[in-house]
Amino acid sequence: MTIQASDVLGHFGQYGGRFVPEALIGALDELEAAHNAAKTDPVFQAELAELHRTYTGRPSIITEAKRFAEHAGGARILLKREDLNHTGSHKINNVLGQALLTKKMGKKRIIAETGAGQHGVASATAAALMGLECVVYMGEEDTRRQALNVARMKLLGAEVVPVTSGSRTLKDAINEAMRDWVTNVATTHYMLGTVAGPHPFPTMVRDFHKIIGEEAREQVLALTGKLPDAVLACVGGGSNAIGIFHAFIPDAGVRLIGLEAGGDGIETGRHAATISGGSAGVLHGTRSYVLQDENGQTIESHSISAGLDYPGVGPEHAYLHDVGRAEYRAVNDDAAMAAFSLLCRTEGIIPAIETAHALAGALVIGNELGPDATLLINLSGRGDKDVQTAADYFGIPL
Amino acid sequence: MSTALDLVFEKTRAENRAALIAYIPAGFPSKAGCEKAIKALAEAGVDAIEIGYPYSDPVMDGPTIQEAAEISLKGGTNAADVFSALKVASATGVAAVVMTYWNPIEKYGVSEFAQSIADNGGSGVITPDLTIEESGRWLEAVGKSGINPIYVVAPSTSDARLAQVTSKTGGFVYAASVMGVTGARTNVSVDASALVARVKNTTGLPVSVGLGVSTREQAKQVAAYADGVIVGSAFIKLLLNAKSEQEGLDAISALAKELALGVREGR
Repeated sequence: MTIQASDVLGHFGQYGGRFVPEALIGALDELEAAHNAAKTDPVFQAELAELHRTYTGRPSIITEAKRFAEHAGGARILLKREDLNHTGSHKINNVLGQALLTKKMGKKRIIAETGAGQHGVASATAAALMGLECVVYMGEEDTRRQALNVARMKLLGAEVVPVTSGSRTLKDAINEAMRDWVTNVATTHYMLGTVAGPHPFPTMVRDFHKIIGEEAREQVLALTGKLPDAVLACVGGGSNAIGIFHAFIPDAGVRLIGLEAGGDGIETGRHAATISGGSAGVLHGTRSYVLQDENGQTIESHSISAGLDYPGVGPEHAYLHDVGRAEYRAVNDDAAMAAFSLLCRTEGIIPAIETAHALAGALVIGNELGPDATLLINLSGRGDKDVQTAADYFGIPL
Repeated sequence: MSTALDLVFEKTRAENRAALIAYIPAGFPSKAGCEKAIKALAEAGVDAIEIGYPYSDPVMDGPTIQEAAEISLKGGTNAADVFSALKVASATGVAAVVMTYWNPIEKYGVSEFAQSIADNGGSGVITPDLTIEESGRWLEAVGKSGINPIYVVAPSTSDARLAQVTSKTGGFVYAASVMGVTGARTNVSVDASALVARVKNTTGLPVSVGLGVSTREQAKQVAAYADGVIVGSAFIKLLLNAKSEQEGLDAISALAKELALGVREGR
C-alpha cells in the first residue's frame, strides 16, 4: 500500500481541495504561504517549541492504564495524556501555531468555531496570550451543553456568539464563522479547529498536531521496546486522531483505528459517524465523507459528545480509510459513557466524553487482539467540562 | 452556440443599458408561489432570472436568503423542483439560470445536472463555492450541454486570479460588490465599480453586479458601469414580510418595475 502525501492543491486522493467563495482565495493563499514559510523557519519553530515547553506543558506524558486494561482483554493500554495540556485538551497545539501565524500575517482579530468548547477555550487562551481580539461562534444548543466552557471563554476575554441557525451545533457555528470571515477577511484570521475545511487547513492543522504522534512513538518505543500494535483515537473532525496517527503512517504493522460517534446507533440514523455511515461529498470547503441525504443536503448529526457532533470529517481521514491504511468504527453513546465511567473508576482519570469513544474502542480492540497486544490511545481531553452531562447521564444529583 | 442569456446581453448592449437579473429560490415561498413569483418578475420586466437551489449550509448567504432556503427545504424542495422552476422561467421568455452551492450538483451527478439544466431551457449555472481548480469535470459537462459556467469574483480577487477565473467563465461574470454575504445594503460599495473595471481588463464578457442592490437608485448607479444588476434579498424580504401571497407578488412586481426603470437610467 502506498500512502501519497497531499498535492499542492491540498488533495488527499479525491478528497480535500478548496470549495469556497472566491472572496476567500486570497486569504487562503496568504495562510498557505505563511504556513509553508513557518515550516522551514527555525525562528518560528523555536518559538513554537518554547511555547509548548513552557506554556502547553509538552511533552505530554504516557500513562499505562493497568486496571483499565483488565477490562480490555489484558492488552497493554498506554494513554497519551493530551488531557494534561494547558486548557485540558490537544486543541492548544493547533491554536498556538495558528496564533503565531496570525501575528506573522499582521492580523489582529481571530474568529473560531467550537462544539464542545475545547477549541473555543484554546483559541481564547491563545488570543489572550498574544493580545489578539477573539470571537467564538458556538451553536446555541452547545452553549447549553457546555455552559462551563462558555464561562471560561468569557473569563479569557473572548466574545462568545451563540448561533441560532440550523441545528444550532458545530456545523452551524462553522457556517457563521465562515460568513464572518468572508466579511472581515482583510483583518481577521479564521482559526479553524480541526483538520477539515479548505486547503491549507487540513494539512496545516495536522502539522500542528503531529507532535502528539511523534512524541508518543518515541515514548512507546522507549517504554516497550517496540511499536504499538494499534493506535486509537476518537474522530469528529479528526484533529487529535490525525495528530497521533501521522507519525505511525509509514509503520505498516501499526493499525490506526478511528472511533466515530455512533450516537443512538448508525441504524437509527441518529449518529455522527461520518465515515462509517456517510458518503463522499463537499461540506465546509472540502471534499470528504459527509452525512447527507439523496439531494446532497447535510443531515444533522447526533452525539452525546458535543465535540464529535459534526456531519463532516477531515479529508485525510477519508483518504486513509479508502486506501485501507486506517480503520474507522462507530461507538454508540452508551458504550462511550460506560468506558468513561470505567476509566474514572479504574484509573482516577475523568476523560472528555469525546475521548471516551476511543476508550470504548480500546475495550473492544483489546479483546480482539488479546493480552500480547499493546494499544496506544490518545487521551485527547479531560472531562471537567462534561461533569454536568455525565451527572445527568448517570443520574447523579447536582 | 449562444444561450438565451448570451442573447439577453446582446440585446441590452444594443439598447445601451444594463440587464436586470432577479434571484428567487425554488420552492419559495412555496412551490406554487415560486412559479407565480417567476411569472410576476418576468411580466414586470426583468431580463433574466436566477433560480436558487436551496442548500442546508449556505455560507455565502445572509439571514434573508438563509430564511428563504430553510422555508423551501422544509417544503421538501429537491432538484426536480429546481428544474421545474427553471422551465417555468424560461417559458416566460426571460433567460433562466440556476444558482447553487456545489454539493447538490455533485450528489445529483455532474454531467446529469448540466444536461438537465439544458433540457429545461436553462442557460447556465452560477456556482459560488466552486473554485476553478475543482472545476475540471464541471467544465467538461457544461461544454457538452452547451450552457454557461458562471463564476463569482470578489473585491479581494487579485488581477492575476481574475484573469484565470474569467477565462473559464461563460454568460457573464458575477461580481460580488462587497466582501460579505448576500443581503440588502444601504450603500453598494465603491469597490464594485473598481472591481467591474478590473474584470473588464481581463475579458469581453458581460459583468453583472450582485450583493446589496435593492432600490431603483442603486440599480441606476450600478447600471452606469455594469452590464447587469442582480437583485435577490430585496425581493425575498418583500415575500417574507407580506401578509398574503398576493400582497407579496404585488410588492415584488412593483419593485421589479422600479428596478427595470433604474437599469435604463444609468447611462
